[in-house]
Amino acid sequence: MQSIEELMALAPTFQGLAPEHLRLIAGCGRNERFGTGERMFREGEPAERFFLVREGAVALEVQAPARGALVIETLHPREIVGWSWLFEPHRWQFDARAIEPTRVITFDGVCLRGKCEADHELGYQLMRRFAGAISERLQATRLQLLDVYGHARLV
Amino acid sequence: MSTLVSQRIERGDLDELFAALGRRGYTVVGPTLQGQALVYGELGSSADLPAGWTDEQEAGHYRVRRREDDALFGYNVGPHSWKRYQLPPERRLWRARRDEHGGLTDIEQDGAAQPRYAFVGVRSCELQAMGILDRVLLGGSHPDPVEQSVREGVFIVAVQCTQAAKTCFCTSMGTGPTAESGFDIALTEVLEDGQHYFLADAGSDSGSRLLAEMPGGQAKAAEQEAARAARSRAAEQMGRELDVTDIRDLLYRSYESPRWDEVAERCLSCGNCTMVCPTCFCTTVEDTTDLAGTEVERVQRWDSCFTVDYSHIHGGAVRGSTRSRYRQWMTHKLATWIDQFGSSGCVGCGRCITWCPVGIDITEEARAIREEDEQRDAID
Amino acid sequence: MHASSEPIAAELGPMVPSPYTVTARRQDTLDTWTLELEPCTGPPMRFDPGQFTMLSALGSGEVPISISGDPGHDGPLVHTVRAVGMATRAICETPVGNRLMVRGPFGRPWPTAELQGLDVVVIAGGIGLAPLRPAVLDLLGRRQSMGRLILLYGGRDPEQLLYTDELERWADLGMEVSVTVDSAGPEWLGHVGVVPRLVGRAQLDPARAVALLCGPEVMIRFTAAALARAGVPGERVYISMERNMQCGIGHCGHCQLGPTLICRDGPTYRWSEVEPWLAIREL
Repeated sequence: MQSIEELMALAPTFQGLAPEHLRLIAGCGRNERFGTGERMFREGEPAERFFLVREGAVALEVQAPARGALVIETLHPREIVGWSWLFEPHRWQFDARAIEPTRVITFDGVCLRGKCEADHELGYQLMRRFAGAISERLQATRLQLLDVYGHARLV
Repeated sequence: MSTLVSQRIERGDLDELFAALGRRGYTVVGPTLQGQALVYGELGSSADLPAGWTDEQEAGHYRVRRREDDALFGYNVGPHSWKRYQLPPERRLWRARRDEHGGLTDIEQDGAAQPRYAFVGVRSCELQAMGILDRVLLGGSHPDPVEQSVREGVFIVAVQCTQAAKTCFCTSMGTGPTAESGFDIALTEVLEDGQHYFLADAGSDSGSRLLAEMPGGQAKAAEQEAARAARSRAAEQMGRELDVTDIRDLLYRSYESPRWDEVAERCLSCGNCTMVCPTCFCTTVEDTTDLAGTEVERVQRWDSCFTVDYSHIHGGAVRGSTRSRYRQWMTHKLATWIDQFGSSGCVGCGRCITWCPVGIDITEEARAIREEDEQRDAID
Repeated sequence: MHASSEPIAAELGPMVPSPYTVTARRQDTLDTWTLELEPCTGPPMRFDPGQFTMLSALGSGEVPISISGDPGHDGPLVHTVRAVGMATRAICETPVGNRLMVRGPFGRPWPTAELQGLDVVVIAGGIGLAPLRPAVLDLLGRRQSMGRLILLYGGRDPEQLLYTDELERWADLGMEVSVTVDSAGPEWLGHVGVVPRLVGRAQLDPARAVALLCGPEVMIRFTAAALARAGVPGERVYISMERNMQCGIGHCGHCQLGPTLICRDGPTYRWSEVEPWLAIREL
């Protein structure tokens, strides 16, 4: 049985954190499971959590009128889901659903925000890492926008 | 040059050369005056050569002028190059009929066999250019059959330059002005003290055999000296210079040089330079059908990297700007050619300078890029 | 004069095509078809993975198309073609029983023969899977002597994916297959996101991994960067390049990329060789 700290250490986002910071963050975390198709959060709901995927896969979705749900990204083991807990107004921007049986570590955002206020070094380390993850996602999203495969069309 | 003594041939006996070539079944091609330019065409005799004519060349400028003497080869190179025989401007590769399944029947491949040419009046830079085209067209895994046929059959009568045009820079490129090899016969024309003769040197066994059939004996020492002096005149008069020191790496460093923007403002992207250049080899392949779609032809014709379509892939042209296309042409000619084919692509003939309608000068561009590179170095 | 019943290609130079009959035709996506061809005369074409032919419907212009068939068996010549212009549309519209003209094979193949014992990650974007399919089949045929075989494949959406029935078969044969699309509906069970995101998830062993990449140039650049971050250097990443080609034999000049002629020195290259040249805009 791996401890939450051990599981966190496998995630690129948490690489290089000092042991006491790992412990502080792990203190806000707990294991959780979602079944296939189970909704993890909905757009607009309060975002006071984030997740580290251990197993399975999570789909981020947008509901579009007359088009139904559009999956814009899937997230997989060792990846972080959610950063809205860090920024006002702390509301989820998308829906999330487990595509298959999924195990995560759920981190309490309120708990962690409190710890970051008390320990700015912890806050800085977390902010740095989340900024990195957001930057990577932004870059990937921009590539998606480029639509490099082109539109199939009848010539 | 061979240390053997040359053979002196009188101007009046030059037609014996044409006769000897004729006996051997050659189609003789060489410079003639047509449409106010010195171009290559069939020669029946020395009367077809542009006796007493010369050319006046500068950037974007070409005129023919009368000389004060009757020299047969008193000019440099014109808009034609021997490339038009090695790699014809347009040639049909094959034609066929389309059958009911959309397949080929009655395929006729156009003969690769070319006439046995005798090229008369080939300059040193042109010999080098022909060798460069050999490497491109014959050096790979699929030798071009027309080039092969031409080269196998050709008899080359080179003419040593005794003057240089203002746009010439063969000395910079190490391609002249004196041809040392690659010909069957080389002629140096001498006009002095009322005499008009040629000193002929054999460059091959075929050349020796043909010269043996020509009248004229061994040249005297004074005549050898006169010929040598005439050839040095060409080197002394060389119109331009191109510093080739480290030119490949210089251009590889200079892809973002502001000079390309500068030349792009002048360049019309007309492609004249590629047409007159004796080594530009790019071609395009087109399939055409008749209106009924039953007769199909595949034609290969000269192409130019200056056309927008040249680099077209789905989505558009890779080189959409004139800047990128001029850069491609010049960098290919002086730098990437070396990596692709083992030598420079430029022989210093100056045609691109003469025939550019806006007078863009490759030697000036190379100088500007080198200066810009040195300034960049000084700043760093 | 040659009637179509006589062998043509061997005698008549490299610019004369051979007729092949279309024996099967399948539509893969809205604008992509896979055709199977058999020579009208003579033996099947032998080729190496990564090579291409100059393909044409008679009279409509020739284009370079990668060979997508199995290099290990003398089966039909397979071409997956995207109809983007006149020549490719004419090829895609050719019905079974009609002829297409073929010259080739040309080009330098994928270095699959040199990858014994290594982990090979095949990364394809869009129609880029077509030139890689022969490499995949070759590697699967030799999987006993290979390390991990991984396929990372991305397309625009689930309807734009190629060879979907085969992907499952390859997974059954032991290939680790991950498929991603730029966007999908909720019934899609694969990844959503760009191909470079699959690289980290594959957890490659940098000491043993070699990558073969093919797809849009933008995708190749960012995927190569992701591979570098995962510890796989440009010397162990191979890509397939594409440029305008008219002859396929190194004479027409069109396929130049700096100092290289893609038809002759490529289309496959080490990423480390070609990256500096691709970084120059409008080269």
